[in-house]
Amino acid sequence: MTATLVETTYREALRAAIRQAMLQDERVFLMGEDVGDYGGCFAVSLGLLEEFGPERIRDTPLSESAFVGAGIGAAIGGMRPIVEIMTVNFSLLALDQIMNNAASLLHMSGGQFNVPLVIRMTTGAGRQLAAQHSHSLEGWYAHIPGLRILAPATLEDARGMLPTALRDPDPVLIFEHGSLYNMKGSLPDDAGAVDIDRAAVRREGADVTLITYGGTLGKTLEAAELLAADGISAEVIDLRTLRPLDDATFIGSVRRTHRAVVVDEGWRSGSLSAEISARIMEQALYDLEAPVARVCSAEVPMPYPKHLEDAALPQAATIAEAARRSMRPAAG
Amino acid sequence: MAAFTMPSLGADMEEGTLLEWLVHPGDTVHKGDIVAVVDTAKAAIEVETFLAGVVSELLVEPGTVVPVGAPLATIETEDEAPQQLPRAAPPMEKHQEAAVPPPAPLPQVHSPLVRRLSREHDVDLAQLQGTGRGGAITRDDVMAAVARTAGPETVDATRPPTQAVRATPYARKLATELGVDLTGLRHPDGTPVTAEDVRAAAAAPVEKEPVETQLVETQVRTAPPREDRMRSAIAALMARSKREIPHYYLSTTVDMSHAVGWMHDRNRSLSIAERLVPAALLLKATALAATEVPDLNGYWVDDSFQPASEVNVGMAVSLRGGGLVTPALLDVGSLELGEVMARMKDLVTRARGGRLRGRELTEGTLTVTNLGEQGVEAVYGVIYPPQVALVGFGRVADRPWAIDGLLGVRPVTTVTLSADHRASDAMTGARLLAAIDRHLQHPEEL
Amino acid sequence: MSKRTATVTAPPMPEAAHGLDLLRTMLLIRRFEETCAELYSAARIRGFVHLYVGEEAVATGVMSALGPDDAVLSTYREHGHALARGLPVDALMAEMFGKETGCSRGRGGSMHLFDKSRRFVGGNAVVAAGLPLAIGLALADKLQGRDRATVCFFGEGAAAEGEFHESLNLAALWRLPVLFCCENNLYAMGTAIAKEHAQPDIALRAESYGLAAWPVDGMDVLAVERAAQRAVEAIRGGAGPHLLELRTYRFRAHSMYDPDRYREKAEIERWKERDPIDALVASMRAAGQLDDAGLEALRDEVAGLVAAAVDAADQAPFEPVENLTRFITSEAGPEGGQR
Repeated sequence: MTATLVETTYREALRAAIRQAMLQDERVFLMGEDVGDYGGCFAVSLGLLEEFGPERIRDTPLSESAFVGAGIGAAIGGMRPIVEIMTVNFSLLALDQIMNNAASLLHMSGGQFNVPLVIRMTTGAGRQLAAQHSHSLEGWYAHIPGLRILAPATLEDARGMLPTALRDPDPVLIFEHGSLYNMKGSLPDDAGAVDIDRAAVRREGADVTLITYGGTLGKTLEAAELLAADGISAEVIDLRTLRPLDDATFIGSVRRTHRAVVVDEGWRSGSLSAEISARIMEQALYDLEAPVARVCSAEVPMPYPKHLEDAALPQAATIAEAARRSMRPAAG
Repeated sequence: MAAFTMPSLGADMEEGTLLEWLVHPGDTVHKGDIVAVVDTAKAAIEVETFLAGVVSELLVEPGTVVPVGAPLATIETEDEAPQQLPRAAPPMEKHQEAAVPPPAPLPQVHSPLVRRLSREHDVDLAQLQGTGRGGAITRDDVMAAVARTAGPETVDATRPPTQAVRATPYARKLATELGVDLTGLRHPDGTPVTAEDVRAAAAAPVEKEPVETQLVETQVRTAPPREDRMRSAIAALMARSKREIPHYYLSTTVDMSHAVGWMHDRNRSLSIAERLVPAALLLKATALAATEVPDLNGYWVDDSFQPASEVNVGMAVSLRGGGLVTPALLDVGSLELGEVMARMKDLVTRARGGRLRGRELTEGTLTVTNLGEQGVEAVYGVIYPPQVALVGFGRVADRPWAIDGLLGVRPVTTVTLSADHRASDAMTGARLLAAIDRHLQHPEEL
Repeated sequence: MSKRTATVTAPPMPEAAHGLDLLRTMLLIRRFEETCAELYSAARIRGFVHLYVGEEAVATGVMSALGPDDAVLSTYREHGHALARGLPVDALMAEMFGKETGCSRGRGGSMHLFDKSRRFVGGNAVVAAGLPLAIGLALADKLQGRDRATVCFFGEGAAAEGEFHESLNLAALWRLPVLFCCENNLYAMGTAIAKEHAQPDIALRAESYGLAAWPVDGMDVLAVERAAQRAVEAIRGGAGPHLLELRTYRFRAHSMYDPDRYREKAEIERWKERDPIDALVASMRAAGQLDDAGLEALRDEVAGLVAAAVDAADQAPFEPVENLTRFITSEAGPEGGQR
């Protein structure tokens, strides 16, 4: 019997993943602000309260530190919690729990207490939500040993990363870019778990490697189209897992194309893009034909008006331009 | 009698100032009594005694700075065994010392800029006294050295040397692989030389010899003769080797009858140009042996041994004008014997013609010196840092040799090993010599 | 009934054997802590070391009311909690020495003692960070229908942290089986309670979130034990979270590197007169349950245990450096597969 393709959205794919996990494993429950009656701030959990009841679709007070910490405690206590944080900006209120407890307990207890917890949160800009709802701080989390950081950029990953994350014995953070929830496409009706270890080549090319993840994958693929029109063949890598980074995939690609452009919606200074650039220097310097280029967000708190927000973010045109420059490094 | 000592009140406390005694000689003290006030870097802290008894003597006056652990007073403890912890263990610092031995003097490492400048201006870094941090040689040191030899008016440190080529890292790598000399290559619009330019140059006939010669001439006009500079470079390197590397030496005598016999047989079917000489067999046997005993193939860097993934055999080649270079035959283990022979000849020719490639000069992982041609019996060489071993071959000579209790005449040679005792022990060295011997007994497998 | 009347009635003396158990635990803690001070002064143990001398009755009394399946969350002043919970003295002392045989393989040190087999979910060195974990552990028990209590210790300084308020609210909101034990020793490091809290009555503040809460004399081990028993019993009966404000005092400075300049000597001396060990000894003597020989025997017993633990820790191996990056991720790998 072959699977048939069904039309779906990123949001529905996430919901299907949560629903299936809850049906398959009684230890799984969802907890966060407005996940129940409201249906989730981004409507991911819409309808689940009716199906699973308030014990397992658990609304919390506005207490990020306490309910994230409660997720950690419940995971130690044998449950498989999925904790939803409304946006990455709010996750800073729980940063102490995420770093000092979730990421550290296994090591500081000498291997006794692992924390099988999944935290989902929205990240990124592009919806005119201004300076306290729009940032891309996943690179900060990718700094922390003990965490696994995922960034689903496709329907398949929205559907498939959660079940794999729930099987992980250690904390996994999933960053859902806010601009992706309405993304439409089709998935096989039997779509399920995917790996959470490897980066993916989303488009093959020979002249330059564009490395990105999450919300900027679409813009980067658009940039590759623009470059193709100029006769430049761009390879597009979707990192998928931001920690631990799959060096082999992007380094292998850079060794073939000899040029790299890193696209990251985070700020440039001290960022994930800096880490990727450094790894290319460490592992593939002698294969480079041009300096590694980066396209990042402007270093400003995200402004509200659309023209300024657009200017602050990586765009297909700026990505393509960076790639063109790396094809011909500046004279002098 | 027991000592009341300066307590450690924090990991960062190394000493304290005794501010005040709260007891006098003759006072009876109990475990936990406050006996003195000590000023640490942070605050004045009352300190307690963990001994019980009668204070017999105060050894330190108030106001004195005392290191942690030094006695401050003596206490006549009570009859019962002193309330001390079982077995005074060495302080924590001792453990740390044991775990992390004091670093050996590091080999001098030069910055890429310094190395580039020294190359461009032909300055021997080993002769310079660094003024940078930790004696590091700086750009200024190099330029000052250039000024000393060339006269200040000819040097403009701010102007980039004209012969420096801007090339992408990949273009440089490719140039080395294809044997293309980057000097003289230019990209049409003045941007860095790319891999494409290198490939084009590799395909085109080489004709930049004159340019190169001219550059070299202008450059060395005021420098001492090449032979002198080479002598001083060898002097510096060998002195460093003997200063830093604790050598140990082993030798063994190897029956070469199988190897030589097999070689003569094989040579009968080869053209003169392709014929083998014993040195090729020795090199190949050494490379195979080093693959089996990887602890002798690699580098001693940053206080530890870093094994190399392939065996690049440095060959000591004496130059006609005097002096010595040790270019490497790369990845010898993977080469067929005929190829070893061909490359060896090529390398010696190019070494004597001054046309070695950068990688050949820097990537040797083990050196072989063969003084057999000079009639030498055995050679005990000096290791080429940062390598950790050197194998020497003496001449192949007919000698009386006992075989199965009878005396015969066999061609034999003495194989020696000089090895770095920091990286390996004699047992390991012995395995290498044994492996060389074994391979030479099966020349058909070389 | 007013919950606050509970402390008025003096509890009756327990059986002699039980009294001896409580006394032995308190003496063991005292001896362990004094030895730590000595070892620290001799630079044989390092890091931050926070001693529990003076507060022994709190840990001893509360732990005595717990069963083996209950969970305990502790603070960075946790040696006493660990000892009273029954963690082996050897494993604790080895942890002080940073040895592989330590209860956290030497990776935690004084502030991070763990023992999964005793559900001792660690010392936590971030003030109030353990409270949310207690919520989660209790939530897991509730969701899985297990009749267990989770006990969470913290100091009165933690009551100024947001996590205190968030967690008390959540515990009451979800009616979770948590016993919050606030060890009020009057100083958050060097800041006196009056300088930190507009309302220094912690129990009163807990009541405002809907918890059953009352103050307890933390220098009286029998009072502590009785209060804890009563609270745990109510929690197991489904009465929801409780908070005990255990009023106590530390006789030694905050840590080994603390000049103790924020308290009056006389104040410390006054509290020392209420030494919880002396108090229990006096009660037991009065009840004819203890004599000099009995006390001496107990002291010798705990001194022997601690001395043996020091010896064992001294001789134990350090974890090999090759293991540095172990336990960053679980070695078992994902469920149903290997990593």
